[in-house]
Amino acid sequence: MIASWLEVSRGIRLVALREIRDQIRDWRILTPIIILTLFFPLLMNITAQQALDFVSRYGAPIIGDRLVPFLLMVVGFFPISISLVIALESFAGERERLSLEPLLATPLQDSQLYFGKMLASMAPPLSAAYLGILVYLTGLYLSIGWTAPPVLLIQVFTLTTVQALVMVSGAVVISSLTTSVRAANLLASFVVIPIAELIIIESMVMFWARYHVLWWIVVALMLIAVVLARMGLRLFNREELLSREIDVLNLRWAGRTFWQAFRGEAHGIVGWYRDVVRTTLASLRIPLAMLSAAILIGFFLGIDSANTFTLPANLFQWDGVGGEMAEYLDAFNLVGTAGWIRILYINVRAIGLATLLGAFTFGVLGIILLMVPFALIGYFAGNVALAGGSIVQFLMAFILPHGSLEIPAAIIAGAAILQLGSAALRIPAGKSLGEGWLHALAGWARIVLAFVVPLLIGAAALEVFLTPRVVMAYFGG
Amino acid sequence: MDALVATHDLTKQFRALTAVEGVNLAVQAGEVLALLGPNGAGKTTTIRMLSSILAPTRGSATVAGYDVVRHAEGVRARIGLLTEHHGLYTRMRAEDYLLFFGRIYNVSDAELRERIGTLLERYDLQDAAALRLGHYSKGMRQKLALVRALLHDPQVLLLDEPTSAMDPSSAHMVRESIAGLRRGNRAIIVCTHNLHEAELLADKIAIIRKGRIIARGSPQALKRRLLGDPIMEVHLAQQLNGLHENLPDDVVIMARGENWLRYQTADPDAVNPRIIRSLQDNGFDVITLAEVERSLEDVYLQVVAAESPLEGAS
Repeated sequence: MIASWLEVSRGIRLVALREIRDQIRDWRILTPIIILTLFFPLLMNITAQQALDFVSRYGAPIIGDRLVPFLLMVVGFFPISISLVIALESFAGERERLSLEPLLATPLQDSQLYFGKMLASMAPPLSAAYLGILVYLTGLYLSIGWTAPPVLLIQVFTLTTVQALVMVSGAVVISSLTTSVRAANLLASFVVIPIAELIIIESMVMFWARYHVLWWIVVALMLIAVVLARMGLRLFNREELLSREIDVLNLRWAGRTFWQAFRGEAHGIVGWYRDVVRTTLASLRIPLAMLSAAILIGFFLGIDSANTFTLPANLFQWDGVGGEMAEYLDAFNLVGTAGWIRILYINVRAIGLATLLGAFTFGVLGIILLMVPFALIGYFAGNVALAGGSIVQFLMAFILPHGSLEIPAAIIAGAAILQLGSAALRIPAGKSLGEGWLHALAGWARIVLAFVVPLLIGAAALEVFLTPRVVMAYFGG
Repeated sequence: MDALVATHDLTKQFRALTAVEGVNLAVQAGEVLALLGPNGAGKTTTIRMLSSILAPTRGSATVAGYDVVRHAEGVRARIGLLTEHHGLYTRMRAEDYLLFFGRIYNVSDAELRERIGTLLERYDLQDAAALRLGHYSKGMRQKLALVRALLHDPQVLLLDEPTSAMDPSSAHMVRESIAGLRRGNRAIIVCTHNLHEAELLADKIAIIRKGRIIARGSPQALKRRLLGDPIMEVHLAQQLNGLHENLPDDVVIMARGENWLRYQTADPDAVNPRIIRSLQDNGFDVITLAEVERSLEDVYLQVVAAESPLEGAS
């Protein structure tokens, strides 16, 4: 076990060291690293001093206090942004320079090649980032005598490292799936945009001095890095790397692949339901369990938050609420057939949005979106209980009539979204990312068309025609 | 003896395109197989399957006893691959470059340095060892790529166009070297467009077209099969003067001039001495008797132009 691990790490080290030596011979990589390591931190020193002087003159030293740690993070981030460029070039560049085939023909394992490239992309920029942070801290100590609290220092070093890890993991995945550096650069926005948003969030966190939140960000980034690395290794395919010549969008092939996967071997709608859909549903057992758990968690988080954000109790005096409810439904055009169609449209739109978010975030954002209504239900249920009402009565009257169909629809849709979002982690051997993803999309479409949409149609009908009557029966009006 | 390279029904499909179909090959230790074929015939795809870089869609292949799919790392450890594009790391120096590849194969540094020195000298690159590879000429790069392929002393060599970018003297040096490598009990597969090279080096030739092997055999056997029996040409000191009518019946005269004639025979070893005796008995002095050179190019053009696989192909 240890011998095998040592052997794997030997290969990783060989690949990484060669690449690092290559990088430090390239002035185009070296120049920005030197500038960002030495000159940029000094510039940040000057900025910090000027800012501290300025804000203390106007009696707002708190701004200066928050700015100094923020600039510490910025000084660390700038050099690691170079790792993105290096990682994007890792496989695509070698492929373009035709040096990849001799490397692929060696006995190096996929993991050795993959992690060797990752390490090589990270090591020089990350070293530059650490050095830059030290230059910045030394400058601040010498100029204004500021020393960073040890916890903040650990946080910034950790955050810088995991940010580099996430960027490199994402970029290496892109690089190993594209045919040219140009194509890899074009796709880099899939890494750049989320990282830019992350930096904005981190800035807000630091200006509000909620430093403990940075630990949660570190944990989340580490999880993302692990998922990306696993995905990259799973998708790493010597054959695809060499035999893919051009990145052409082949819509006819995509359409045919999707349709074949969607239809399966079935003949006719009955056979399709019996064989294809049943098999797909059976494959969703684990995602279904996860979604059920997520929804329950959302519900209980909602109940819990009612203790913190309690609504006035008089809002939950529901005698005669049935009459008011009819007025509200009328005002929002939620009555009759038009209301039915409107509710169906809203629900389908929500599933569509959850799919869109989930498809590119391994299903996570899609699930979070689906958890929100259940958290709201829990929140109101919690407030009902705090106002002295009955949670069971509330749920029986307001939720369960249409929820009997809508909740299963949400769980099934969420499971399908999770399956689709995580498709890149489960590409079957011998299939490309495109094929694997189209198969997953077909699986999602089968479930949505066969179960989710019919259930939502029924749920919308119940919500318009049955739920108000049940509310009136319970509470009068 | 088991073949060092053996394929059975080796097939590779890329979506709708069948790049290689039903290829059966066997190359023993000490043998050189030349894989000939037009561009896009499937030579490189075959080599990539034998290097465990591409997985066959159908069929199987073993290299040095290892299955190319199930024991890919074992295969890659035992082959030396010279790729069509040498693809060197241009910022590295030759020694660093070769050390990097040698270490991947777990060759000790001391042994590696010794081999690097020997191989650089053999391929006349020792003076350029300190140069960055970006400064190498095309031919030098190709020779260095060949050194890279030989560095770990592989049992099987897969050489894609080994002399395509070389000047005649370098090409000659490399051919000599390949002939030497064959003596080291290696199996060698050479993909080439250079028919002269194939004829010089190869024990066996396989001609591939549209992914299928359409002819195979030794260069001599292929010539005989596709161009007919050997043609002999005899030059005399005197004019023929109707001599050809007195030659043995089983000799087919193909052409004649004032003092020479050409004949075709299936069995030159038996027929040629009889001809010489007959000429001498009739008072003619033989100046030369030699087989007419027929190039592999004639064979190749005939095979590649044919619509269907030729006799003897499989």
